[in-house]
Amino acid sequence: MYIIEMRNITKEFPGIIANDDITLQLKKNEIHALLGENGAGKSTLMSVLFGLYKQEKGSIYKDEKEVSITGPGDANRLGIGMVHQHFKLVHNFTVLENIVLGVETTKGGVLQMKEAREKVLALSKKYGFDIDIDKEVRHISVGMQQRVEILKMLYRDNEILIFDEPTAVLTPQEIDALMKTMKDMAAEGKSILFITHKLDEIKHVADRCSVLRKGKMIGTVDVSETSKETMSEMMVGRKVSLSLDKQDAKVGNTILKVRGLCQKGNTGKVGKDKLKNISFDVKEGEILCIAGIEGNGQTDLVYALAGLESFDSGEIIMDGQDITRAKIRKRTELGISHIPEDRHKHGLVLDYSLAYNTILQTYYTKDFQSKGFLKRKSILDYAKKMIERFDIRSGQGAETVTRSMSGGNQQKIILAREIDRDPKLLIAVQPTRGLDVGAIEYIHKQLLAQRDSGKAVLLVSLELEEVMNVSDRILVMYEGEIVADVNPKNVTFQELGLYMSGAKRDEVKAE
Amino acid sequence: MSRDGLLSFLSSILVIIAGLLVGLIVLLVSNAEQALPAVQTILTFGVDNMRNVGDVLLRATPIILTGLSVAFAFKTGLFNIGASGQFMLGGFVSIMIGVHALAIPAPLRIIFALLAAALTGALWGAIPGLLKAYRNVHEVISSIMTNYIGMFFAVYLIQEFAFDQGRGTSAHLHPTSTLPRMGFQNIFREPVGAAFRESHVNVGIVIAIILAIVIYIILEKTTFGYELKACGFNQDAAKYAGINQKRNIVFSMMISGSLAGIAGALNFMGTTGLSMSVVETLAMEGFTGISVAFLGLNHPIGIIFSGIFVSYLQLGGARLQPHFSAELVETVIAVIIYFCAFVFVVKSMIGKVIKKKDGGN
Ligand SMILES: Nc1ncnc2c1ncn2[C@@H]1O[C@H](COP(=O)(O)OP(=O)(O)OP(=O)(O)O)[C@@H](O)[C@H]1O
Ligand SMILES: [Mg+2]
Repeated sequence: MYIIEMRNITKEFPGIIANDDITLQLKKNEIHALLGENGAGKSTLMSVLFGLYKQEKGSIYKDEKEVSITGPGDANRLGIGMVHQHFKLVHNFTVLENIVLGVETTKGGVLQMKEAREKVLALSKKYGFDIDIDKEVRHISVGMQQRVEILKMLYRDNEILIFDEPTAVLTPQEIDALMKTMKDMAAEGKSILFITHKLDEIKHVADRCSVLRKGKMIGTVDVSETSKETMSEMMVGRKVSLSLDKQDAKVGNTILKVRGLCQKGNTGKVGKDKLKNISFDVKEGEILCIAGIEGNGQTDLVYALAGLESFDSGEIIMDGQDITRAKIRKRTELGISHIPEDRHKHGLVLDYSLAYNTILQTYYTKDFQSKGFLKRKSILDYAKKMIERFDIRSGQGAETVTRSMSGGNQQKIILAREIDRDPKLLIAVQPTRGLDVGAIEYIHKQLLAQRDSGKAVLLVSLELEEVMNVSDRILVMYEGEIVADVNPKNVTFQELGLYMSGAKRDEVKAE
Repeated sequence: MSRDGLLSFLSSILVIIAGLLVGLIVLLVSNAEQALPAVQTILTFGVDNMRNVGDVLLRATPIILTGLSVAFAFKTGLFNIGASGQFMLGGFVSIMIGVHALAIPAPLRIIFALLAAALTGALWGAIPGLLKAYRNVHEVISSIMTNYIGMFFAVYLIQEFAFDQGRGTSAHLHPTSTLPRMGFQNIFREPVGAAFRESHVNVGIVIAIILAIVIYIILEKTTFGYELKACGFNQDAAKYAGINQKRNIVFSMMISGSLAGIAGALNFMGTTGLSMSVVETLAMEGFTGISVAFLGLNHPIGIIFSGIFVSYLQLGGARLQPHFSAELVETVIAVIIYFCAFVFVVKSMIGKVIKKKDGGN
């Protein structure tokens, strides 16, 4: 007895069959994971179930009865809710307003919020969401926004909940909380479809897991009886090494020197500095990692280094040149690459083609421009090279509009562009966010190759696993300060955790 | 035609038909007897004979250019409402040169007048551009203000320096200052008895078409266009890419302004004797440009066609006068153009319907 059955679903986009004859069965009360490479068709399949796309072939059954879902309205009536890869909230509405939006109760044209408020508060309490429902959504963190999305589904009494990569944007702490919430909801009688690239999460919460590869269903397995290795092999079609073997770093000269960076907090939060006297060096041939819990100044530090935002005092020396107040273009030309945290905000022009996005900082160079005209052929050739090398998958190759690409493949465009510029310093913020295990393996190897060719890498990551595996040296940030400078070989996960939560600190000095 | 192109074309046709139907209702309410003939006039007058075709092209010239002006700014994420003021000032400068700068030999003088009008429009466009870039003043607000300032300024200057007391409008250009007709009068004419009545269509339409192609090339083929569109699509990414947004905002508004300025020059430099009146109303060409730009889906080549289309409606509409008041005719034309503003919505709707259909088989 399945609560939802998608039978023989086929969905095509120009140039690609995103879902090819896929059958997916969801049992009542289960947490069902959906695993697959970037571009395998996971989001597409879920969008079909949620009524955002109409399949060309195949049918959907709810409680063994065929249903037709032509839009999110239909999905909602059938009790299907979805939290999207990129949230869909109204930013200047309050949490409560967002939750009731579309299903408001009115009396004589006047909004009746009292009942709604009570219901939302009750739900929020039940699942232990610590959330202020009268705050405007733009003032709350990403993790909180996700809770709003979840509350939206619960408020509508949805019983089939779809989560599209919910953990990609969360901190490890928030992930733990979400895992618990999902388990609670399943225990309450909800049925959950859960897309993720992280095998640990699947192991942790899912009952069964369906694996997609290049639009086809490879199989559905019982999670408790299947190893992580097997699952990743099913997904990629080859063995993936989940660990990384790396040589010792051969450290060279200092390439980036940061001294005394200070940045006051926004007015209103007086006294809380974003950056407090940050000093450190990054040397050729090393991967230096900035670890810390989200919101402890990492973003501000990166923005300062990349030139996206100004700061109050301090100086930055890149390769012997003072770039404290330098323009972004100057920094890029001096050999800084930046894989930004927010790929949609900074990293991509979504309405440009894949090819145009690969030349975002180099469009004016001799390679791609002559006499003010873009060299179309060179640009396309270059993009094709990147597609090949980084295995970027899309419907129409170099000319695909970036907006239509899958999340992970969008991320790969940025990685390709930033790594291929062969920078002296690569600033990589959460570079593997949203990537499948195969792609993560490849990116980690690229970071190491970069290092081994004598380049410097500054990695900012929230994932301890990544921090420990990839880096040669770790700086921990807490409340805008560097509180530890440690070698991953001499530190345990627990110790790192203590530094990150502010329970422990060292005196850190750059010489 | 690409699938997208076909969709654009189809949706443009659909909104036009819908607009005509609603226009018909307005006419029916006002004067039921004459309504159907009126629609017929709107539809046929512009293509009745070659002279009318020429007149359609003549009228299309300035609005193609103001349409390009609006679309160009729009691609950079700016809404240039200021085309009207830029048009008036560009027009004024060309009249001044055409009336007074007789020391410059004739053909050069015309080129000089066009360039001066472009420059004037560019400077007038730079004001909202600078305010936006360096003071974060919204360009819609500031360009509405520059419209009024430009209009009053032009009216004042005309009265001071190039006024024709007898007609109460700007003075006639020196005959050698008018735009060459390029032999078009031999094509676009209507036989009346043994003679011909000629259209005054001139080199202006050729200039407008060439400029549309130039704008297309700038936007699609150059690094400058790449930068401008990046700013228009995603400001944060443009900043991240090291693109100088402030400079681009100013440049974009200047180019936009120069197109409107040239529109003004071409409008007043024809052989029709059309002159600038000194009434204190904003030039409609600037606002018609907004409709033309939208109807042409902000595509430079599309704008050539939408400009001609709007001109054709206006020419036909002007013939309804005895039966319908001028205001009503304006309303009907506006209704049709208004419907055209829904072209994007209709396009995405058709897109969806077709997709569903595809899904069915
Ligand atoms: N709206 C669209 N238009 C055209 N192609 C699309 C569209 N949406 C998805 N695709 C294509 O369909 C394929 C599957 O995309 P989908 O987003 O389902 O992948 P995914 O499995 O969710 O990947 P990821 O893990 O990267 O999020 C991709 O190749 C993508 O380029
Ligand atoms: Mg996806």
